[in-house]
Amino acid sequence: MADRRTTSSLRRLVPVAVVVLVGFVLAGVLQERYHQRILTLVLVWATMGLAWNVISGYAGQISFGHQAFFGIGAYATVLLTVHAGLTPWVGMWVGVAVAVLAAVLIGVPTFRLAGIYFALATLAYPLILRIVMDFLGYQELAIPMVRDHPARHMQFADPRAYTVLCLAVFAGTLGLSDWLESSRLGYSLRALKENEQAAEATGVDTFRSKMLAYMLSAAPAALIGAVYAYAVLFVVTPDAVFGVLVIVQTLVVCLVGGAGSKWGPPIGAALMVPISETLDATLGDRFPGIQGVVYGAALVLIMLCAPEWLYWRIRGMVMARRGERTEPAVVSGPSPARVPSGAVSRGDAPAGALLEVRGVSKAFLGLHALEDVSFVVKRGEILGIIGPNGAGKTTLFNVLNGFLIPQRGEVRYKGERVSGLPPHAICRRGVGRTFQVVRTFPHLSVLENVMVGAFVRAPAPPAARAGALEALAFVGLRHRAGATAGGLTTLELRLMELARCLATGPDLVLLDEPLAGLSRDGVNVLVRLVRILREGGVTVVIIEHTMQAVVRLVDRLVVLDHGRRIAEGAPDEVIRDPAVIEAYLGKRWLRYAEDRRA
Amino acid sequence: MPLSELVQYVVTGLLVGGVYALMSIGLALIFGVMRVVNFAQGDFMMLGMYVTYFLATGYGVDPLAGALLIVPPFFVLGVLVHRVLLARVTGGGDPQREMDAQLILTLGLSLIITNATTMILSPMPRGIQTAYATRAFVVGPILMNQARSYAFLMAVLLALLVYGFLTRTDLGKALRAAADEPEAAEYQGISVRAMHGLAFGIGIALVAAAGGLLATYHPIEPTVAVNFIVLMFVAVVLGGLGSIPGAFAGGLLIGLVQSLTLLVVPFQLQNVGVFVAFLLVLYLRPHGLLGQRLRAV
Repeated sequence: MADRRTTSSLRRLVPVAVVVLVGFVLAGVLQERYHQRILTLVLVWATMGLAWNVISGYAGQISFGHQAFFGIGAYATVLLTVHAGLTPWVGMWVGVAVAVLAAVLIGVPTFRLAGIYFALATLAYPLILRIVMDFLGYQELAIPMVRDHPARHMQFADPRAYTVLCLAVFAGTLGLSDWLESSRLGYSLRALKENEQAAEATGVDTFRSKMLAYMLSAAPAALIGAVYAYAVLFVVTPDAVFGVLVIVQTLVVCLVGGAGSKWGPPIGAALMVPISETLDATLGDRFPGIQGVVYGAALVLIMLCAPEWLYWRIRGMVMARRGERTEPAVVSGPSPARVPSGAVSRGDAPAGALLEVRGVSKAFLGLHALEDVSFVVKRGEILGIIGPNGAGKTTLFNVLNGFLIPQRGEVRYKGERVSGLPPHAICRRGVGRTFQVVRTFPHLSVLENVMVGAFVRAPAPPAARAGALEALAFVGLRHRAGATAGGLTTLELRLMELARCLATGPDLVLLDEPLAGLSRDGVNVLVRLVRILREGGVTVVIIEHTMQAVVRLVDRLVVLDHGRRIAEGAPDEVIRDPAVIEAYLGKRWLRYAEDRRA
Repeated sequence: MPLSELVQYVVTGLLVGGVYALMSIGLALIFGVMRVVNFAQGDFMMLGMYVTYFLATGYGVDPLAGALLIVPPFFVLGVLVHRVLLARVTGGGDPQREMDAQLILTLGLSLIITNATTMILSPMPRGIQTAYATRAFVVGPILMNQARSYAFLMAVLLALLVYGFLTRTDLGKALRAAADEPEAAEYQGISVRAMHGLAFGIGIALVAAAGGLLATYHPIEPTVAVNFIVLMFVAVVLGGLGSIPGAFAGGLLIGLVQSLTLLVVPFQLQNVGVFVAFLLVLYLRPHGLLGQRLRAV
């Protein structure tokens, strides 16, 4: 698998080059103006679809307002020509800059909103722009005709020139998408689309990734908007560039073709644009809304019949024919190999204390989940945190890895205050975690899941891949590297999550009930792994609900009850502590136990 | 500015806001119970306007009565649309993808309705002539357009009826149970699927009735949906996604903002005020003025 990868970056460009070549040949061959127009439109909507796909397909942040950037590109370029006499060859790059700036201005506040709120908020921006353009008197902005050197002003007599221009922008956007799919940013986006919290905890700066994706998707949208104004519109109107039909056509080509892949939008555009243009040309006069009906029907049918969308469906069929290797879910157990190279002790903290929790309190609406909790994690130990249901164990982990900010107290890691830092920053400092209910990126392969973590230490994809394979080998899951995470067994999921956490190169791992739901064999596998980890120099904090397994494993125990630390010490002492027995079994049992002892 | 002029703007805004409120609670009910953002809501409103129009011009039914008459058929239509379309993409998958699928499905539905109406009935705007559309109640220095006043009263009445249904009847309680805890509701013998159908039916019936009321004073055309769906979204988000009283308040607020915006900016920019208010609320209080935090973000 690894050697297949080395040549793949070049080989992957072959289909991209072929598609662009086909477009070029078509542009030369098609004689009729009408056919050229259709080809131009296919390229325009394929590009717009690719642009939308970056933020909504890869990153899963559905944007209903992407025509804002399309329109900004068109208006900025034409306005600069009209008012400043600037050639569109320069103006369109100014348009791109304005659109990227707009993306920052929109993104900074809007990405604080999750999911549906983001989609709804994006609705507002093109509407505002549209109303403002109307108000400023730009209801009809005609591109002035130039007689001398028209080519210098992007005006051509030959329609093929426009087609080639659109093809160039399309090729650039396709190349951008291709790069993105295999880059670190691409992995980050797909990870945060699947599970934003897990991505954060695995070292992905989700806000920054979304912002970058939004800027990268605004730029081609503005560029193609500018070209569209010159190649197709000639007269820019708010409705033509900010209107609903712009986003609808974008959505249709993406969804018909398949969002989340660079091939989806071109396939969708090649299919839908000629159909709708032909219908419009033949029936448009008699039935003025036919185009909209066709687009609407396409959306409804796709959602009802093939919600996984064309590209993914075809890909699935091809994969099925090839007979994807599905190996039996045998867990070979941890290999004798050493701990993944990322996970070794670095830095020089005061000897002994790796993590200090000082007086941490956290309340939810008056419910004290944690109250004045203090303890120290020593370098190289396995510390168990136990306590009855609702004792605040997971809340404590959420404070330690940055999901929650404590109201009082602080957390210091290697002497540095980390409470208040975002989770990805804490992860990058060397604190890894797993979750009580495993949080995977279900549509990514096992290898890709772990690679998301490996990017923390190895920004280049090949190195991240190597690191991920090493971590998978460590947990004994290397033979499942190609499987989709959604299809794993409980034990395999736990192991994969552990591998993902280890791939980030932690000095401290926080394991939240890693034994829950496992068979006895599974428990043994994990317990063995934790021991090997510690021998390799990794410090482990482990939450357990059931005492038996943990008492054998840990060096020390901290006991929480109702958000308070009620005991701390060696396992033998702690489990005899009356306060602990009372917390677990109640007062009456305690009396019974004391009576018997007496 | 004299106080009476300000009061006039407030009154005008509230009267318009009443109808916005009615259409918004339809959308809020659908979202609250089904977690579906229904893009086609505005189109059902447009259909309600047209049916009321044809009842008025063809059979001489007063549009205010027409708005009530169309409630049962639109309820049935809503239940059918849910069963044939939405129910098929609901349940099973992970919530985020399900929500995307529903969004896109209703967007497609909206395109079909708008454009098919354009094809069949032509894009030409129509209007219903009523005696009260041009008259006004005069209260001291304040003028209240009669059509808008009647529409406002009926909107408030219908909204109260729905609220009573949701809070007082067993069926209404079952509906809320299905919204709050679908799984637990299912264990109690409530068919969540049926409740979704009921919610969608009521939501569509309400927005169609609001369309009928709107038709007493607003021109009727196929593309009327676009402007109103955005206003409804804004109202529902202002009120906290899914909250019925919140959506009602949100609708009234939008009427007010629209009306008061005219005090500072020209008529064309009326809706910019609404969108700016919308964005401000989203940033400052992403869960709405009255809303609670959603369980699944």
